Amino acid sequence: MEFGKNHFELLGLPARYAVDPTSLERGYRELQTRVHPDKFAAGSEPERRVAMQWATRANEAYRTLRNPVERARYLLGLKGYDTEEESNTAMPPDFLMQQMEWREAVAEARAAADARELRRLHGSLADSRKDMLRMLELAIDTQSNFDAGCSLVRKLRFLDKLEEEIDEALQ
Amino acid sequence: MALLQISEPGDAPEPHQRKLAVGIDLGTTHSLVATVRSGSAEVIADEEGRALLPSIVRYAQDGGTEVGYGARATQADDPANTIVSVKRFMGRGVADVARYGALPYRFTDTPGMLNIETAAGARSPVQVSAEILKVLRKRAQEALGGELFGAVVTVPAYFDDSQRQATKDAARLAGLNVLRLLNEPTAAAIAYGLDHGSEGTFAIFDLGGGTFDISILRLTRGVFEVLSTNGDSALGGDDFDQAIAMHWRTHHRLADARDTRRLLTVAREVKERLSSADIADAQVMFSYGQKLHVHLTSAEFESLTASLVQKTLAPVRQALRDAKLKTADIDGVVLVGGATRMPQIQRAVEGFFGKPPLNDLDPDQVVAIGAAIQANVLAGNRAPGDDWLLLDVIPLSLGLETMGGLAERVIPRNSTIPVARAQEFTTFKDGQTAMAIHVVQGDRELVSDNRSLARFELRGIPPMVAGAARIVVTFQVDADGLLSVSAREQTTGAQSSIVVKPSYGLSDDEVARMLQESFSHATEDRDARALAEQRVDAESLLGALRAALESDASLLSREERTVLERGMADVEKAWSGRDHRALKAAIESLNRASEPFAARRMDRAVSGALAGRTLDQVARK
Repeated sequence: MEFGKNHFELLGLPARYAVDPTSLERGYRELQTRVHPDKFAAGSEPERRVAMQWATRANEAYRTLRNPVERARYLLGLKGYDTEEESNTAMPPDFLMQQMEWREAVAEARAAADARELRRLHGSLADSRKDMLRMLELAIDTQSNFDAGCSLVRKLRFLDKLEEEIDEALQ
Repeated sequence: MALLQISEPGDAPEPHQRKLAVGIDLGTTHSLVATVRSGSAEVIADEEGRALLPSIVRYAQDGGTEVGYGARATQADDPANTIVSVKRFMGRGVADVARYGALPYRFTDTPGMLNIETAAGARSPVQVSAEILKVLRKRAQEALGGELFGAVVTVPAYFDDSQRQATKDAARLAGLNVLRLLNEPTAAAIAYGLDHGSEGTFAIFDLGGGTFDISILRLTRGVFEVLSTNGDSALGGDDFDQAIAMHWRTHHRLADARDTRRLLTVAREVKERLSSADIADAQVMFSYGQKLHVHLTSAEFESLTASLVQKTLAPVRQALRDAKLKTADIDGVVLVGGATRMPQIQRAVEGFFGKPPLNDLDPDQVVAIGAAIQANVLAGNRAPGDDWLLLDVIPLSLGLETMGGLAERVIPRNSTIPVARAQEFTTFKDGQTAMAIHVVQGDRELVSDNRSLARFELRGIPPMVAGAARIVVTFQVDADGLLSVSAREQTTGAQSSIVVKPSYGLSDDEVARMLQESFSHATEDRDARALAEQRVDAESLLGALRAALESDASLLSREERTVLERGMADVEKAWSGRDHRALKAAIESLNRASEPFAARRMDRAVSGALAGRTLDQVARK
């Protein structure tokens, strides 16, 4: 019954993209406080098993909703939209162009072991990411334009991959 | 500090209802047991008032087993049968321990884990560890005056699945009900958290005898959250002894390897004295009668071990990176483990973090104390304000082998546990009816660089064209950090699934067999022992169900309640009989019958959480 609820319902949040971090954390902790296996260490075997399943569920909900891209993907899924990140690789030409420029710059800085340049790229990437997350909120919560939301999630996935590469290079 | 209070008033049990629960630090060089008595956690000492039990087990020619100080006293005379630092061998194979250099043992490779040949026959590290745990269990039962309800046993945060499984099996073999495996640094934080009322982000720097762990923990509003862990399961105080011994061996041109143990014992003494002196000297008495005078200055010691000290800092950097933090974000550094008494370690930690570390609790006892506090909570002995939620993570990524010998990550490291994740795979040949599944743990790209945990085959895939089958592999990690894996083909609705335990895990039957073997030498009657254990299980199940019925009977229909009560009556009846098998069957049947009840009770608890929050939000507006 309760187990079938979606992540937002479980953590007591409205099913919106914009999430108040304090409420999210409070919802997660309140749920874990009730279901965590530690509360049932002295319980019967079925109780301990159910507790493990529930705590797993709570962790999954929190993990998904805490990350803005995963949260958007999940919410779009609830609305019946598939972000098609594996199958749909069509991107607007200007975005692709910028991607290529970034990629080249990262490769060059990496080859030259230029940590300062890598950090600068990291910063400009983070700014773009922030802009896109704002657009995501607008598309999903205000305009209910879920197709635009899917397209933004696909773009953000590109950015996240690039950011990972820079992180790796910096290490 | 503001520990998360589950404040149903009067919830703390009456003193006579308190369950006896202990925390056990099963350490590389020594082990301890602690408990909470009259509201405060304390280490339980032996009859001679000693808190530490050397983690040393000697198997004598006459079949006897000696544990602790007695075994330590004779270790130099009988090194091959005196097992020290057995923790390093837990869940490991012969190839893994080669890096420890010359050890005085005869190892044999057995599937999953090495064995040690002793005068008493082959012994697995699980059995050796169980001997240590049995002594601690007996010590606690004598001190507390009753059978233990359960124990929290600590493991290094960086222990992989095989090592955790081996530790849990050792505890079961010692007759302990394991309430939880707890990461050592987390236990240390619990001990410090309670005594210091601190909130913030802490680094727990734990250099024990044989393992090094660094954990970054966040303590907020009573929640302990492990942000990241890292470490080296083959680095510890023993390596500093080795470095000293190696130095003397070279310096004095010692060729004879026989007296390695004697040299190491003296090296340890000198190391300990250098914590408070600038120079230390000692005599080594060799087995062939020769005496050697050795000495060491603290400056020499420091330069000999500078690379070991540096070796601790790389995992510290990685742990900070994983937690996305800088040294300035760390509010305090807690030192754990006897090896942190070394001045060069304290200086290195202070230099790295830019602040002096916290070390006002005994670094040898802090883990056991924290484990005891957690055991007391898990046993349900909590008093108001004595309860909190502990959120822990897995230390290493878990994954599967894919084409080309690559490891595909299924659950990334530092995921909060319990956690489950499913991954979909497909067949690559037409008509393929089976698929090999290889489970690995580690963060390297190549399977061969990671630890192999289990291999199994999913059979009975209906013949289809390549790529048409949908095989979902599910990883579930429980609250002890232990993994189980299942696989299912699901296009045709035909399901086939298997649950595996990692290669090392002992089956219940194997544990039962080992228990029986250990009793064949003892006077205890095996069946009586089995019955006693089943009775403890029966009592705990009946107790849990009675409490559940008292608060939530309304969740059951009249018929359901009758079925449950009949099952309880069956267990009670079998409890007073002599047949432990009949009792086991009654318990299992009652467990099954109570499953829906457990699920509904949880449902009610969760809807309570949701309802409570709605009211709270209304009140705020």
